[in-house]
Amino acid sequence: MAAPAAPSLLRTAIPLWRDLRVLRVFSQVVFVVVVVLVGARLYANMRANLERQGLVTGYDFLGNPASFDIGERLIPYAASDTYGRAFLVGVLNTVMVSIIGIALATVAGVVMGVARLSPNWLIRQIAAAYVLLIRNTPLLLQLFFWYFGVVIQLPKVKQSIALLGSLFLNQRGLYLPWPVPTETFDGWKPYLMAALIASFALWLALNLIQKRLDRPLPAWWGLGYLLVPAGIAALGWALAPNAPLAVDFPVLKGLNFKGGLRVTPELFALLTGLVIYTGAFIAEVVRAGIQAVSKSQTEAARALGLKPMQILRLVIFPQALRVIIPPLTSQYLNLAKNSTLAVAIGYPDLYSVSGTIFNQTGKAVEVVTIIMGSYLVVSLTTSLLMNIYNKRMALVER
Amino acid sequence: MLAAWLVYLILRPALTWVFTQAEWQVIVTNFRLFMRGQYPDEAVWRLWVGIYFLALVMGMSWGVWGQAARTFAALFGAAALLFVLLPFSLNARLNWVGVLITLVAAMLLARNRAALKPWVILGWVILLPLTIVLTAGAAWLPFLSPVAPRLWGGLLLTLMLTIIGNTLALPLGILLALGRRSSLPAIKSFCIGYIELWRGVPLVTVLFMAQIMLPLFLPAEIRVDPVVRVIIGLTLFEAAYQAENVRGGLQAMPRGQFEAAYALGLNGVLTMLFIILPQALRLVIPALLNSFISLFKDTTLVAIVGLFDLLLIGKTTLAQPDFLGKYREVYAFLFVVYWAFSMMFSYASQRLEKTLGVGTR
Repeated sequence: MAAPAAPSLLRTAIPLWRDLRVLRVFSQVVFVVVVVLVGARLYANMRANLERQGLVTGYDFLGNPASFDIGERLIPYAASDTYGRAFLVGVLNTVMVSIIGIALATVAGVVMGVARLSPNWLIRQIAAAYVLLIRNTPLLLQLFFWYFGVVIQLPKVKQSIALLGSLFLNQRGLYLPWPVPTETFDGWKPYLMAALIASFALWLALNLIQKRLDRPLPAWWGLGYLLVPAGIAALGWALAPNAPLAVDFPVLKGLNFKGGLRVTPELFALLTGLVIYTGAFIAEVVRAGIQAVSKSQTEAARALGLKPMQILRLVIFPQALRVIIPPLTSQYLNLAKNSTLAVAIGYPDLYSVSGTIFNQTGKAVEVVTIIMGSYLVVSLTTSLLMNIYNKRMALVER
Repeated sequence: MLAAWLVYLILRPALTWVFTQAEWQVIVTNFRLFMRGQYPDEAVWRLWVGIYFLALVMGMSWGVWGQAARTFAALFGAAALLFVLLPFSLNARLNWVGVLITLVAAMLLARNRAALKPWVILGWVILLPLTIVLTAGAAWLPFLSPVAPRLWGGLLLTLMLTIIGNTLALPLGILLALGRRSSLPAIKSFCIGYIELWRGVPLVTVLFMAQIMLPLFLPAEIRVDPVVRVIIGLTLFEAAYQAENVRGGLQAMPRGQFEAAYALGLNGVLTMLFIILPQALRLVIPALLNSFISLFKDTTLVAIVGLFDLLLIGKTTLAQPDFLGKYREVYAFLFVVYWAFSMMFSYASQRLEKTLGVGTR
């Protein structure tokens, strides 16, 4: 009998402008419409502007001859090749700088990060000063310093600085000894393939055995990954009539060095700047990671009789890695993105090559799309790989 | 011991060089260029008005809030004192003395007068717009003939880009962060796409895009100054990073805060505005200031698209016939300026963190 009140309340429909379900749909529709309208307006402006300038959009120009030369390349390229190939040269240069830079910066960062926690007061202060100075000044300024202030000012070829006997540093770059294949190299290739396959087979077999045994294998079995393929490769080396690889030393002949590997001044300055800059950031990441491992872990390890290096390698690092990996990933991505500053010191990376192509063709939209697309691919791939690695590390938990 | 010997080996020649061998004439001669680029001489008084106003507001904050604002005021005062002592033009040094006096006078004036607080806050709010109007001028304003932004240069341009870029990026970043946390799929996916897109590309390409593509997107009759284009690019780029910072703070808010606000009868917008955002933003102040400092360093990249910021000015002075080869002096000077500003910002942010008690409650 008291019931009538409730149904009447239910029957009064909620007005449309207060119904949450309607509001949700409505607001999204409005949002999408606004975004589409703004986008359409911008696109129409762009079409009108391009038409006024008499430019045709499209990627056909990639097939035209580029007619400019690129000083450094990993694949054969000549000025008569296409714009598409020029882009590829730039992409490969960027990838190479990123990979070498990431490897070296990791080493520098780990060394400096550990040094910041060293029991030796002076080593700690030097590492701290390095981090403080490098992290608080712009990368571009550092690159200018390394290129215009250091590398360009290096001595002439005749007065090269010799390091470790066979490394030479002068105005024209850094000369390194480098292995080059000899005529027997082709005969050695099958052995290299066999070594790779053996390594993979070993990995499968060990995994299988471990599953059967249901307990971890002794750690030194892991050495097999290294020893077995190395053995096969060495066997091939011994069987060949003469060595398949010969080390080519840089030698001063006449006005220039011949032989060896030449790292150009631009690449040398770029890598130095990137490694030193990113190294300082990685050092902080590593320090934070190590400090995140509780002190009692070190004490327990010491109580078990481990030596300091063993404590670091077996106890601290595996645990610190979990804290380190996510920020480390973003530092790697930063390094890859910062490699665009190569344009400021004349190293032909993707951005620099694209700039030249834009100046020649005026294809603003296409060039920007290609650059942004390439960097997005690099960024997303790196973060995907690091996420996989991160998951593997995290799985070690109980 | 070995390490001590190494430090001695490095420090001794460095100090000898700084005080006896270096020829600092290149810096002294070009000091105006370093500070303000091509900014016209007859308009410099407007920059001074801006600095005096900053000193006034800062001194008053020091007086009103004491402890909390003291670090900033002290840093500002120290910088001013440094400029008084350095051997630059007499006019500039007298002005810095005036700035110092203004700072201290404002502090004494405002001390223990809590009633002035709203006025001081108003001062901070109008500081940036006022400085921009003073610097840029406008045709319809008396005494303030317009100065095209492309004439700004040196440290003036560097600081303007940093401060304007950050100030505009923060509200945009907050909106993006809220959008990313929204339960509406259309808005959420748009915000995620925006943030990831901008965070995935290098700043240089963003600046390149701002310089080349922005004019294409606008109607033909609108012409945008190169500096303004770069500011738009920096703002859009920085907003994505600020959004991720703010999102960190939003995620740190316990559910109870939302529920309590609902229980009090606040709707979604009011909850966000008065309960969640003030707390979340306070939590992420260190992260926001970190972004501020990295944008300060990143403004050097505008040199690549041809804007005469502090770095590019330094590079061009090296091409002057009188100072060819003075690499060490110019780079040492630039390193010191950038480093000093970064350190000042990060020291101030640490103090602010302590004063606000972030993370300690």
